[in-house]
Amino acid sequence: MIGQRAPRQFPFMLAILTALVTLFMLIPMALSITAGLVNNYSQGLASGLTTRWLEQVWEGYGDTLVWSLTIASLCALITIVVGVPCAYALARTQARWARLFEELLTLPVAVPGLATGLALILVYGQFRSFRQSFLFILVGHVVFTLPFVVRTVSSAFANRELIALEEAARTLGAGFTRRLLGVLIPAVMPAIIASALMVFTLSVGEFNLTWMLHTPLTRTLPVGLADSYASMRIEVGSAYTLIFFIVVLPLLWALQAIANEVQKRYGT
Amino acid sequence: MELERTSVQILQCAKTYPDGTQGLLPSSLDVHPGEVLALLGPSGCGKTTLLRLIAGLETVDSGGIIRFGPQEVTDVPVERRQIGMVFQHYALFPQMTVQANIGYGLRIRGTSEQQLKQTVGELIDLVQLKGLEHKRPAELSGGQRQRVALARAVAVRPKVLLLDEPLTALDAKLKVTLRDELADLLRRLGITTIHVTHDQQEALAIADRLAVMRSGKIIQVGEGEALYRNPKHMFVAEFLGRINRLQRTPQDIVHHTVNIAQVPVRCPPGPWPELFVRPEDIELKPYDRQQPAATITQRTFLGDRIHYRLEVVGQGALTAEAHRDSPYLVGDRVSFTIAPEHFMPCENDE
Repeated sequence: MIGQRAPRQFPFMLAILTALVTLFMLIPMALSITAGLVNNYSQGLASGLTTRWLEQVWEGYGDTLVWSLTIASLCALITIVVGVPCAYALARTQARWARLFEELLTLPVAVPGLATGLALILVYGQFRSFRQSFLFILVGHVVFTLPFVVRTVSSAFANRELIALEEAARTLGAGFTRRLLGVLIPAVMPAIIASALMVFTLSVGEFNLTWMLHTPLTRTLPVGLADSYASMRIEVGSAYTLIFFIVVLPLLWALQAIANEVQKRYGT
Repeated sequence: MELERTSVQILQCAKTYPDGTQGLLPSSLDVHPGEVLALLGPSGCGKTTLLRLIAGLETVDSGGIIRFGPQEVTDVPVERRQIGMVFQHYALFPQMTVQANIGYGLRIRGTSEQQLKQTVGELIDLVQLKGLEHKRPAELSGGQRQRVALARAVAVRPKVLLLDEPLTALDAKLKVTLRDELADLLRRLGITTIHVTHDQQEALAIADRLAVMRSGKIIQVGEGEALYRNPKHMFVAEFLGRINRLQRTPQDIVHHTVNIAQVPVRCPPGPWPELFVRPEDIELKPYDRQQPAATITQRTFLGDRIHYRLEVVGQGALTAEAHRDSPYLVGDRVSFTIAPEHFMPCENDE
């Protein structure tokens, strides 16, 4: 009886609608990708397939990809090293200033990246070699992504169960460093991994702030994309998008798989 | 595994929290070497605060002194106080195996790998967790977790073992089994133990002596049976079991009696304006005009016994407990007797 009724709960019209919406979302992606592979976009597939645009992008912008991944990795590393102790301190401090500080820390998320970028330039712009290096962009990314780490990890540290875990370690004689490294950090590892992944993803895709901070010699992938869209043939821009998909997506999937594995290992 | 037997002395210890609440009023308590003492009371009575002061997880207000044997530990930090503690929800390290959990304290102390293996093995035998050494806490049942927590706490040969509501996280049936198991294990270890609970059955089953607490104060300390039979304070009488209250007139006090249903009943001498009596000490009999009489207004069959509610002229409603074969039904007119030694005179500060 249920078997007969079930199809009516998912009517034909709904299936059509779902398919249409899916197509609406997928077609631009597919077109954009194919645009990077055809000789001439205005003639479409009839002009023949080529990898010449991909090669051109790789030559002109290959370094932006490398720099983007380097900055994202370093950014994740720095925010974890700086953010985890900070999160612990905030979670264990009852004082009002700690809550205020937590609010302040989230400001870079709310304030438009352009404004943050301008502020950084105003203050540190005169330090030439710093201003002209990738370090400058890295600093911007750390400022922007640190709140994600601190918020996520500090709420994990504030968990009542974790407070009991820490007390248990203390009664067994563990000093601060031992319980932080041996008990607390493993217990919040899922939160750390999740926020590191978040930071990496945010950093790879960050455009606003980076656009303000970059110089012609220090460009990340999204800045390069904007540049190619503005100044090159449409086929080049599309090829660039394709490269982004080819390199970044598998990397993100791999990281996500690793994160899931860790969650399974450390999950309670 | 034989452990050191240390006495614990608590002298005028109080705790005021930063927000001004008094978690514990100045209290003193002696725990004998090798004894199991229960801190018993309702939530918010200060029992957990006192336990945390002894553990060193909270600092004592100035003036208080805590000694373990001859050694004063008031200012010794928890990490070096040599206590073992079992937490309410066990607080087992989730990413570590049973073995690693139990061995954690020894590892911190830099015990040799061989010694560690041996001690952990002994403990696993003692708490009957053989075969589960490599499991994670998440894969264990509530009872097994509790045993891991206990083994972890005693692995470091602490001077004092502290149990914070160790059976609360378990379901009712398991609780009774594990309660007896725990009592047995503590006797075998012979370690001085302080056990916090709000469950009087649990306290009576596990502890040698009880300290009954209310509103930040220790009201009475003594063996469970003595406290049940001769409570000094009404709160203790009521917390350990159920009680009936009998009012006395000034004339009753002069004649060493209590007037129940217009019949004067003999009771111990003393100026008490009210006396207390436990339901199981009210003995029901067929109606007899020489004895106090009552009407049964409620009968509850509880399996091993029957719970009666009696309406008594001049004393209001009383409760009585009788054997399961007791013949009386609702509406019956019955008499009852109370042996003079079963009247409990208590302080009452209500």
